[in-house]
Amino acid sequence: MEARLRVLHAGIGVTIQDGGRYGYLRYGITPAGPMDWAAFRTASLALGNDDHSAAIEVSTGGLQIVCEGNAVWVAFAGGEFVWHRAGELMPQAARLLLEPGVPLQARAGASGTFAYLAVEGGLDTPVVLGSRATHTRSGLGGIGGRSLRAGDILPVGLSRPERAQYFEASIGAPWFTREPLPIRVVLGPQDDHFAPGARKIFFSSEFTLTAAADRMAYRFEGPEIESVQGYDIISDGAVLGAIQITGSKRPFVLMADRQPTGGYPKLGAVARADIGRLAQMRPGEACRFKKISPQDAQQSLLRLEDEIAGAISHLHPLPKKLTTESLFAANLIGGVFDAPPKDRNDRVS
Amino acid sequence: MQEEPRYLPAGEAALVVEFGAAIDPKIHNRVLALDAAIRVAHLDGVCETVPTYRSLMIHFDPRKFTHEALIDALASLRYGEAPPARRKRRWQIPACYDPAHAEDLAEAAALLGISQERIVCLHLNATYRVYMYGFAPGYVFLGGLAPELTLPRRAQPRPAAPAGALLIAGGQALIAGCAMPTGWYMTGRTPAKIFDPARSPLFLMNIGDEVCFERIGSLAFDALQSKAELGEVPATAILDEA
Repeated sequence: MEARLRVLHAGIGVTIQDGGRYGYLRYGITPAGPMDWAAFRTASLALGNDDHSAAIEVSTGGLQIVCEGNAVWVAFAGGEFVWHRAGELMPQAARLLLEPGVPLQARAGASGTFAYLAVEGGLDTPVVLGSRATHTRSGLGGIGGRSLRAGDILPVGLSRPERAQYFEASIGAPWFTREPLPIRVVLGPQDDHFAPGARKIFFSSEFTLTAAADRMAYRFEGPEIESVQGYDIISDGAVLGAIQITGSKRPFVLMADRQPTGGYPKLGAVARADIGRLAQMRPGEACRFKKISPQDAQQSLLRLEDEIAGAISHLHPLPKKLTTESLFAANLIGGVFDAPPKDRNDRVS
Repeated sequence: MQEEPRYLPAGEAALVVEFGAAIDPKIHNRVLALDAAIRVAHLDGVCETVPTYRSLMIHFDPRKFTHEALIDALASLRYGEAPPARRKRRWQIPACYDPAHAEDLAEAAALLGISQERIVCLHLNATYRVYMYGFAPGYVFLGGLAPELTLPRRAQPRPAAPAGALLIAGGQALIAGCAMPTGWYMTGRTPAKIFDPARSPLFLMNIGDEVCFERIGSLAFDALQSKAELGEVPATAILDEA
């Protein structure tokens, strides 16, 4: 019998996402994909999934699902969410076997805005233009192009032979540490629209995320950033993390559901290595921006990707009985709990 | 004398090659020439390209290219002032300007200080060039709108304009590929679907194609729209001699 997930509760903005819908940017198609690709990939890799496998992006609205049919391996990671399996508190990031009829629940914790629930083999919802990623504004992907809701049944892809070696584990991932480091930014392509003084203000001030933050863009409040050439440009390409300075003279960072082109001057782009950290901010939280060269941004991205690809070495077997102490240790994801597991024949291809 | 393009970084994994700072067919031709040259060269590590009015955005795999290495690779490509000659397509797009399908026509006329019929005439009597897609799936950005129809975008977006809406603002014309709130003015509507996920080709027009509008009434609109729902394309493409 196949496995499937039944959605018992899905808060606003819980969607199905894979690595994103690429190949149609030139036709105005939004790439969508995960808001925090690092967390998405961490959960995916714990199950041997790749960027083409679809997972559930859980918003602060929370999620409750139950497995039906066969048992299925799942993995979750992301912001500081509180996960319960059958009422029992789980680590913040973990790989678990979900038996049929056993509910799994996620609700928002003290911080963070997105978490990812991946399933072994990926969710087998329809592929639209090469991707299962949901873009609700244009109604593409996911289930009917919309957010998930209670009653949805999500088919699960084929299980993997590697599952025989899986063990229940917490995922200790140092890249989830929430140090208040500045968000790094690569200048361009329209940095020349801003006088040196305006750029100095941008890189030396604190900016607060406003309530105008969704999957499309995050708008920040802070000092005015003056453009010397106005706030309308002839529309050109826009990347993930592009920092548009709009007529409000405030930064507007384009996120996963961005349009592929934009008509405002783009001071720079948030380094991809830091996009997840930015995505996990909540309205009211503040950050600073720091200039980084394209070369350094590239190096930090590749380093982070390599680290995540080795995530399997950060799996720590869960004790049979979870205690407050063991959970506390599992949630200390800064490397305190970094003794390698004895069983290391766990491989992700 | 051809000027060197500007190479501008857009994050760590994209490069903008900018050929000018204006909406101009000559500049756009150079964008399309580079786009075609990259396609032919099959550069391993180039993920996808996004042509716009005056620049080409090249998304690349940061494991295969740095910005410098990509710029070097582009310099070795041979491309000229225009994309390789091909038979140009000119689309005849049915357009209805009746009040039910031209929700903002009266408002635009009042703002421009001309009659509604004058807007319709000017919109009909132009040949447009498809410069780019953008904004949302299948939104076609057209150049060639009569300067008399220049009006600024709305300060606040209007409620969603339906798919097929013919929009004007900022001296440009758009065809809406899907329903979306917009800061533009809806002065007509076509039953032709620019974007249809259930059709091949998914997108009706290529960048660089030409577009003309052909006036239809509400009854014809309804009939053509019913056909469009069944997958027919109520628009014709005329191939010009190369």
